[in-house]
Amino acid sequence: MKTILLDGLPLPFADGQTIMEAATEAGIFIPHLCHHPEFKPQGSCKLCTVKANGRYVSACTLPAKDGMEVENNSPDLNDKRRTLLQMLFVEGNHFCPSCEKSGNCMLQALAYELEMLTPHFEQFYPDRPVDASHPEVLLDFNRCILCELCVRASRDVDGKNVFALSGRGIRKHLIVNAESGRLADTDFSLADKAAQVCPVGVILQKRKGFAIPIGRRRYDVEPIAMQVECAPSRTSGEQES
Amino acid sequence: MQSAPFELETAAAGVPGLRRVAIDPVSRVEGHGKVTLLLDEHDRVQQVRLHIVEFRGFEKFIQGRPYWEVPVMVQRLCGICPVSHHLAAAKALDHVVGVDRLTASAEKLRRLMHYGQILQSHALHFFHLASPDLLFGFASDAGRRNIVGIAAAYPEVAKQGVLLRRFGQEVIRLTAGKRVHGTGAIPGGVNRAVSRAERDVLLGDIYQIVAWSRQAVHLVKRLHAADPALYDGFGTFRSNLLSLVGADGKLDFYDGRLRARDADGRLLVDEFPVRDYQELISEEVKAWSYMKFPFLTALGPQEGWYKVGPLARVQNCDSIATPLAEAERREFIDYGQGTLIHAPLAYHWARMIELLHTAETIKDLLHDDDLSTGELVHSGKRHHSGVGVIEAPRGTLIHHYRVDDDDLVTMCNLIVSTTHNNQPMNEAIRRVARRYLDGRQLSEGLLNHVEVAIRAFDPCLSCATHALGRMPLQIELLDAAGQVIDRLSSPA
Ligand code: SF4
Ligand code: FES
Repeated sequence: MKTILLDGLPLPFADGQTIMEAATEAGIFIPHLCHHPEFKPQGSCKLCTVKANGRYVSACTLPAKDGMEVENNSPDLNDKRRTLLQMLFVEGNHFCPSCEKSGNCMLQALAYELEMLTPHFEQFYPDRPVDASHPEVLLDFNRCILCELCVRASRDVDGKNVFALSGRGIRKHLIVNAESGRLADTDFSLADKAAQVCPVGVILQKRKGFAIPIGRRRYDVEPIAMQVECAPSRTSGEQES
Repeated sequence: MQSAPFELETAAAGVPGLRRVAIDPVSRVEGHGKVTLLLDEHDRVQQVRLHIVEFRGFEKFIQGRPYWEVPVMVQRLCGICPVSHHLAAAKALDHVVGVDRLTASAEKLRRLMHYGQILQSHALHFFHLASPDLLFGFASDAGRRNIVGIAAAYPEVAKQGVLLRRFGQEVIRLTAGKRVHGTGAIPGGVNRAVSRAERDVLLGDIYQIVAWSRQAVHLVKRLHAADPALYDGFGTFRSNLLSLVGADGKLDFYDGRLRARDADGRLLVDEFPVRDYQELISEEVKAWSYMKFPFLTALGPQEGWYKVGPLARVQNCDSIATPLAEAERREFIDYGQGTLIHAPLAYHWARMIELLHTAETIKDLLHDDDLSTGELVHSGKRHHSGVGVIEAPRGTLIHHYRVDDDDLVTMCNLIVSTTHNNQPMNEAIRRVARRYLDGRQLSEGLLNHVEVAIRAFDPCLSCATHALGRMPLQIELLDAAGQVIDRLSSPA
């Protein structure tokens, strides 16, 4: 059987599986944001960076190869991941104590997991108005990390193409595919897959807010690294403990 | 003399011939203040200006945010009484989601949270901040005038203060989810109950808490009895009173209607619905202050200003629903011999009567099974605006929001407790400064006395809650030409 060596541990894999998939199947956590087991890998956030045979690569996109030696949970890699998180934090407005996604947010959960204690960089404080036009769903662009999960879900699962990224570099941002730019003017629905996949607090069911107490939410109950098994059912909705 | 009670400083800014004395509390964070004393040509204190920098950005900041976020977001306003803001916002938004009456469980859980907050706040204020002044004397060694000094000289008092506060914080944690930035209250109700086991833990301590609260009232009474001239006369001025009053005229911190009395205790307004607060209260803006000056519209700015907080509440209500606090209230009212008590130092006495009432109320609530079972949230027909009023530890707190069809906040208006007490604090400082400012010389004594007067009102200046209870001050004495002729700082 073909195996990779992940932090010295032999892991079997099937042909075509990525390093991420091989690790997940074995219940081993590799930090990630833009990866979702139900979608084609995208490789944009770089949180899943590992060292394979001495080279930095994205675990979510690189196919496993027999005998590959992969370094994952090391101080060097976790330092780099923490820096990526810090950049994501300052680039948007992520104020956890008053964010309704707190406890269900992957960005926050990873910051805890990787022991990010300060934002380190200077805050951008972008001013991005929310889109509250849709009767059931609110979009708070201030927290978008551009993972494109909603883009992929709407296009590939819902067949609607409601979301897209626009602009380049520092100006890259999420847009709604409607002439008005408003979610209300699309055929988006709360039942869409795209309404369930946002790893952070952008796509939110309205009027729920803090109905589930902080402390009883997904990552309050168990750290993200312990929830590898649950990854396929990840949703944006609050979950009871 | 009829006009004396409402005598106000009238000199306009920059009046020639007035000297200026500036007292700067050097604060660690925002919530920063300064006191300016303006002298006339006879070196008499003519004007007082208490400058407080409030965090006013919130009303703009919350515009365009979804309404359900507000009760949590609003706690960023003030690190000192976040629970009061949390609940006042939730109360306002109850109306937005069409809930005029909470479920029994939700109301009791919110009440428990609120009374826990008042208990911890009153304990912090009295034991950590005020008791060093009161027990050691205003002019005693500054290095000793803090909770550490109290712990050395009166270990039992210090211990009770610390444990009372801790109990209040525990009540908050169990109802709000966290000690700070809790999320327990949501529009239309609450998101958590308190389990039987959690209640049992609190019940294990509550009888001790009631007993200590009672001792705290007795301690304040002994202080009054030991020096009535000081306690009755220090910074004393007459004014109207305003507070919420609950059903049947009972003292109520969580809900009720507005009542105001004049300085002689006659009712000015009663059973006034909170949603119409804008008809009752106006706010005057003065060029020299960031903080507005509220007054009862019908009486105008000169005569309509009022005190809020413990001294107002305990004398505004007709009775207190819990027996020990009611007995203390009666004794307090009797002390006034048929007239209202206006002495700033009597705030401490009234505050400890309230402490006792919160302890007794928490005891009663903890026996109530509604805390652990029953519906927690309601909803109804949506409205576009809501007003929530609560009696925060420091006094009446008003939150008012408008929300559009898309669920976003379009307008927010807040009147916070310390703002209601703006004119009263200025007035108390003026009385004290007149009494203790000696000629053109600044003294430690003056500094200490001004500090004690401000503190009686428990304003939410972060400098007033300096960890060790000291409010570091700087005084500058300026002549009419703006020249500094004297300067004095207290040790930080
Ligand atoms: S809205 Fe959420 S899912 Fe969509 S790109 Fe932004 S962070 Fe990703
Ligand atoms: S998870 Fe692999 S790059 Fe984002």
